[in-house]
Amino acid sequence: MTKVLMKGNEAVAEAAIRSGCRLYFAYPITPQSELIEYMAKMMPKVGGTFLQAESEVAAINMVYGAAGAGRRVMTSSSSPGISLKMEGISYIAGAQLPAVIINVQRGGPGLGDIQPGQSDYFQAVKGGGHGDYHLIVLAPSSVQEFADMAGEAFDLADKYRTAVMILADGMLGQMMEPVEFKPAKTAEEIEALNSQHHDWCICPNVEGPEHHHHEINSLEIDPSVLEQHVYNLYDNYATIEKNELRYESYNVSDDNEILCVAWGTASRIVKSAINELKVEGKSIGMIRPITVWPFPYQEIDAAIGKNVKKVYVFELNMGQMLDDVKIAVNGKVPVDFWGKVGGIVFTPAEIKTKLEECF
Amino acid sequence: MKAEIICAGFGGQGVLTIGKFIAKAGMAEGKHVSWLPSYGPEMRGGTANVSAVVSDEPIASPIVSYPDILVALNQPSLDKFGPTIRPGGVLVVDTGMCPHGLKRDDIQFVAAPFSSIAVEIGSMRVLNMLAIGAVIGRTNIIKYETIEEDLTAFLKAKNPDLLEQNLKAIKRGIEIGKL
Repeated sequence: MTKVLMKGNEAVAEAAIRSGCRLYFAYPITPQSELIEYMAKMMPKVGGTFLQAESEVAAINMVYGAAGAGRRVMTSSSSPGISLKMEGISYIAGAQLPAVIINVQRGGPGLGDIQPGQSDYFQAVKGGGHGDYHLIVLAPSSVQEFADMAGEAFDLADKYRTAVMILADGMLGQMMEPVEFKPAKTAEEIEALNSQHHDWCICPNVEGPEHHHHEINSLEIDPSVLEQHVYNLYDNYATIEKNELRYESYNVSDDNEILCVAWGTASRIVKSAINELKVEGKSIGMIRPITVWPFPYQEIDAAIGKNVKKVYVFELNMGQMLDDVKIAVNGKVPVDFWGKVGGIVFTPAEIKTKLEECF
Repeated sequence: MKAEIICAGFGGQGVLTIGKFIAKAGMAEGKHVSWLPSYGPEMRGGTANVSAVVSDEPIASPIVSYPDILVALNQPSLDKFGPTIRPGGVLVVDTGMCPHGLKRDDIQFVAAPFSSIAVEIGSMRVLNMLAIGAVIGRTNIIKYETIEEDLTAFLKAKNPDLLEQNLKAIKRGIEIGKL
């Protein structure tokens, strides 16, 4: 495959189709509209279904239904639209269904603006919908990674029967970078993926002993049964925490005087500042959580070298991942934070200034 | 090699396209590239800008604080980004559209009435190709042949006359860039 220059929104849509997604339901919103446009254009060409729902609420419930049928299904939106989907996401979690949800975040709260933000971290990793549940949350920092995560998200969703969220932002959605796609799955491969759900999906479309209907529901009126169900969900989450944690370690060494923690778009800008200060002889490391749930608590703790004076968190919000970093650092060294909000993205020069003040 | 570029002007002048062609050419030449547009409720006549980075190394930030190259096609863009050009950097400026200019003595100027030259060549629509030519002529960050190949693949069958006009504009831009 040769590389193509594509927007993140289009690249993740193409990668989802190649990964076997044949059902996509969504409602348009900036800054993710190229994603829905791409799906509208391409889904009919691969024999899939694109449907622009009448609302985000309808779209997520269509996802609920299609996931119950054991098919690879996806929806996408941006912050205010994701809020609307939260009831359905909780139902999907309760019913233990595989689905992929993309949030191309913008500035909030409320309708906010349409520029990039990271202020939906709490919503994505601490709940958002009601009840005890988690989503696997993947946080890309480049167009290539955004695209790769589509396939990974479907695989994880299938493997653990859970919803997976890709938590991107307006910058990753709108920017173009070279991207190389994995080969598209064949019809036979997609059929094999679907058939792995025959033991629980609503109606396995097969002859023989596997052909019976299953009930899918998120309602369990008997408290003792619901209690056990939640315990089972958490056993599954514990396995995910053990197996699926991912993070990037950048320039981490014993010489580090500062350890930065940043995710997604913000981490790219922090990297630039680290590179510039490295030339000036200042040693700064960075941990970038790639899964923000599960979160790399121990890995952040382990990256605090003996010369680290401070852990510095940079986010495009008022300090949300900051709480998880504080849990990870557990008082070992001071934790500082700086962020920008309102859809304003900090610049490498601004981060450099903040880091210089530490020396 | 790493070149950080900002192209800015009125919506409709084709500034986003300048960045796109530079990024595509960089990619075709095996470089790391990124293209980050301003986006939002913009319209013809409003302002638009794009940051493009072409680099031998993986690109950390696609956001550019201090460009090595600025293409400014109107005065508000020059006022906003002109002071941020890195010392020793290059300013490609449309003198017809930027009557107040920029006072700096630590950067290189590629200054010409690009809009008037575009009209001379045949259409205001080739303004962005003139600017790309000027960047190539002065900096060599990408090769003329790469852009020619890309444009030919895109336009030869669809509109050979427009292709000729565009290539003519790039070549003229290169001449201006070399002055």
